[in-house]
Amino acid sequence: MTTTTLDFDTIKTQEYLVNMGPQHPSTHGVLRLVLKLEGEIVHNVDPVVGYIHSGIEKMCESLTYPQIPHLTDRMDYLSAHMNNEAVALCVENALQIEVPDRVKVIRTIMDELQRLASHQLWWCVMGMDMGALTTFFYGLRDRELILDIFEETCGARLTLNYSTPGGVMFDIHPNFQKRVKDFVKYFRAKLPEYNQLLSGNVIFRERTIGIGYLSKEDAIAWGVTGPSGRASGFACDVRKHHPYSAYDRVSFNEILRTEGDTYARYQARVDEMAESLDIIEQLIDNIPQGDHQVKMKGVIKLPEGEYYQRVETARGELGVFIVSDGKKNPYRVKFRSPGFSNLAALNHMSKGAKIADLVAIMSTLDLVIPDIDR
Amino acid sequence: MNQTELADYIGILFPEAGITLGSQFPTIEIPSEKLIALCLKMRDDVNLTFDYLFCLSALDLSDHMSVVYHLESTKHGHCAVIKSHTSNRENPVIDSVNDIWPTAGFHEREAFDLLGIRFNNHPDLRRLFLDDSWGFPLRKDYTDPARIVER
Amino acid sequence: MAFDIYDFTSLTSSIHEGLATFLPPVGVLIAEWLLVGISVLLFVAVFGLILVYLERKVCALFQQRLGPMRVGKWGLLQTIADFIKLLMKELITPNKADKFLYNLAPFIVIIVTFMAIAAIPFAKGLQAIDFDIGVLYVSSVSSLGVIGVLLAGWSSNNKYSLIGAMRSGAQIISYELSVGMSLITMIILAGSMQISEIIQAQSTGWFIFTGHIPAVIAFIVFLIAGTAETNRGPFDLAEAESELTAGFHTEYSGIKFAFFFLAEYVNLFIVSAMATVLFLGGWMPFHVGSLDGFNAVMDFIPPIFWFFGKVMFVIFLIMWFKWTFPRLRIDQILTLEWKYLLPVNLLNILLMTLIVLMGWHF
Repeated sequence: MTTTTLDFDTIKTQEYLVNMGPQHPSTHGVLRLVLKLEGEIVHNVDPVVGYIHSGIEKMCESLTYPQIPHLTDRMDYLSAHMNNEAVALCVENALQIEVPDRVKVIRTIMDELQRLASHQLWWCVMGMDMGALTTFFYGLRDRELILDIFEETCGARLTLNYSTPGGVMFDIHPNFQKRVKDFVKYFRAKLPEYNQLLSGNVIFRERTIGIGYLSKEDAIAWGVTGPSGRASGFACDVRKHHPYSAYDRVSFNEILRTEGDTYARYQARVDEMAESLDIIEQLIDNIPQGDHQVKMKGVIKLPEGEYYQRVETARGELGVFIVSDGKKNPYRVKFRSPGFSNLAALNHMSKGAKIADLVAIMSTLDLVIPDIDR
Repeated sequence: MNQTELADYIGILFPEAGITLGSQFPTIEIPSEKLIALCLKMRDDVNLTFDYLFCLSALDLSDHMSVVYHLESTKHGHCAVIKSHTSNRENPVIDSVNDIWPTAGFHEREAFDLLGIRFNNHPDLRRLFLDDSWGFPLRKDYTDPARIVER
Repeated sequence: MAFDIYDFTSLTSSIHEGLATFLPPVGVLIAEWLLVGISVLLFVAVFGLILVYLERKVCALFQQRLGPMRVGKWGLLQTIADFIKLLMKELITPNKADKFLYNLAPFIVIIVTFMAIAAIPFAKGLQAIDFDIGVLYVSSVSSLGVIGVLLAGWSSNNKYSLIGAMRSGAQIISYELSVGMSLITMIILAGSMQISEIIQAQSTGWFIFTGHIPAVIAFIVFLIAGTAETNRGPFDLAEAESELTAGFHTEYSGIKFAFFFLAEYVNLFIVSAMATVLFLGGWMPFHVGSLDGFNAVMDFIPPIFWFFGKVMFVIFLIMWFKWTFPRLRIDQILTLEWKYLLPVNLLNILLMTLIVLMGWHF
């Protein structure tokens, strides 16, 4: 009688490719990841982007400066106001226009409201990616109130088109201050709920702590900015280091953590929500009187040269690089979008992780695909 | 270091670099063959330590392609801009800085995709957004027969 | 026809006698098979729909919303509408799929659940078949479902499905152990594997009260392992939608998908029913020692309501888990089982044996 024995040296596992996306529940849009997997373990992630590339940079070359902000809404639609503001500030700096204090304060408040709305949406989607579906509705419930304020202020809920070169589109609604104050009070009470639902959950902590580690040096080298970078200890808050609008007159903490893992990135964003509330509180009672627009020329022509403006969106550092040849259209516009650089680091962060970890890591990078594709 | 100090410091290290002071950042123009040497120096010199490349843009300047690097030092807090250009516009080639700042990898792929600039020594130079049948849309002589963009 | 809501034996025996008057014994047997089959089928269909509706309402409760409200009063007809929609949908079979296995898988999954329901006691005398190894039968039959899941994942020829099926296989086979162990713990206490006897043994008090600490531990372990067995959150990583789109049933559509969907809910019912039988006294009313007045009031509530009340309670607990916890990762799931639940269970069996031997239980 012969016995067959298994020779374990000849049994080999094989790497295989999985296309995650472009239609996939956790790639949040049309990002495609070509995964090299061995069983559950991720060996390589190759992001394939461009499915909704809209050529905004090319289109900008044939638009006038007041028209450009309206396109930028469509890049990172969750930070629409910051995108508007970046272009507006860039043009104002190029023309050396000083906008009234009122505009600066309004822009800052809107920035922070937008950041809150974005982080709320990120928080609920993060929960969903981890399998806790209930968080989605808690986040959306609170975000709705911010969108209502936006709607009353400028008529739009998502693509605001609020900041334009020279000021803001409309003056604030008479109810604005009261509603924002009500919201801040409401949301301060609700924020602990966020922590109770996810942050303290033992499964959530097990899933996130120590996963997707990114060191400070790597964060700098890969240009990972925003809360994702700050969770690794990279002090990259543009609001703090290169203040614009009214950020130089408010006091707030730059949330810095040192762990650099998924949980740190999560916690950095949750903490940032509290900071945003602080900033809004400091400004909302002190909106100076004045105009909401500077009188601009009918046709804006930027002097010949190169202009760069950095702002902090909810995802990280947004850069607007305008090259002007003195005409009414820019010669070249480049947007340095935060999601683009953050995505580039995904492969570096998720090597050796499991599929479930990859989803969690991607979720904490808070990718918005039109922001990457532009 | 402030702008003038930076300009002086770099001017001594690289006499062939043309340094102009701007309202925002000092701009260092460098011939493309010296680019890698300058970038390495910029990153590794203890007084400079430009470790964070926050933007890499490419432009079509009708007789050559120009690549603009925006740099910041997270240690010293100063910023600088490096500019370099290719000699040939139709078939532009320049060295990749991917090994110096890994974040450049994606930006260079984008520049290759939209302007057709080839980066030497780039580990993974593929088109990023568009497929191979497209031209290079951000070149000034790009025509789009479908008239997606009006000029 | 004698109908007594407190004891269904009179009803079943009157049906039996009624059939025997005009049919030969073989005919009676066949007719009864058909009757049982049709009742189980009807029960699965109706109760499945009710559970789906319930899940949506419970989920809505946790998520601060209303849930289905448009179709019928309070959305009561929503699941029926959904079911009709699923019936009418096109059945898609991928080109590269293994056609035979692909079509077989949903039937295996649904047949297994039917088989398990046969041994569930709904009320006194209302049980299709009362094996003397009833507990063993249910636990062994319900573990066959994993074959259907594995077949579905393999034959779809889709990598997501395959990963989902492998996860499911690893998970269900592991947690089968814990389910079995906690069942054994309770069998030691009951001294029988026959379901009717187990329930009868609880007439003086439910096992969760009379079994001391080991019964409570076994109940908790059974709930965790049972949730994992039914592939429900936080153990739903076989169909983890954020990772694998829909896991092993990614490629299924229409009624075949509905079979998987229905099987999940019927499995949920079976796990809850087993928890009810073994820990919460099955259809036994709640009795407190010698409070005769109170006990008489409890006895007045028919056993079938007791049974479904308890089952619903357990189902609600399991739904509660699903809508509050994030999903575990595959290695954490296996760690939880092999490093925590299994040792706890083994010790628990020892403890229970000791208690039974020394006669420390009530």
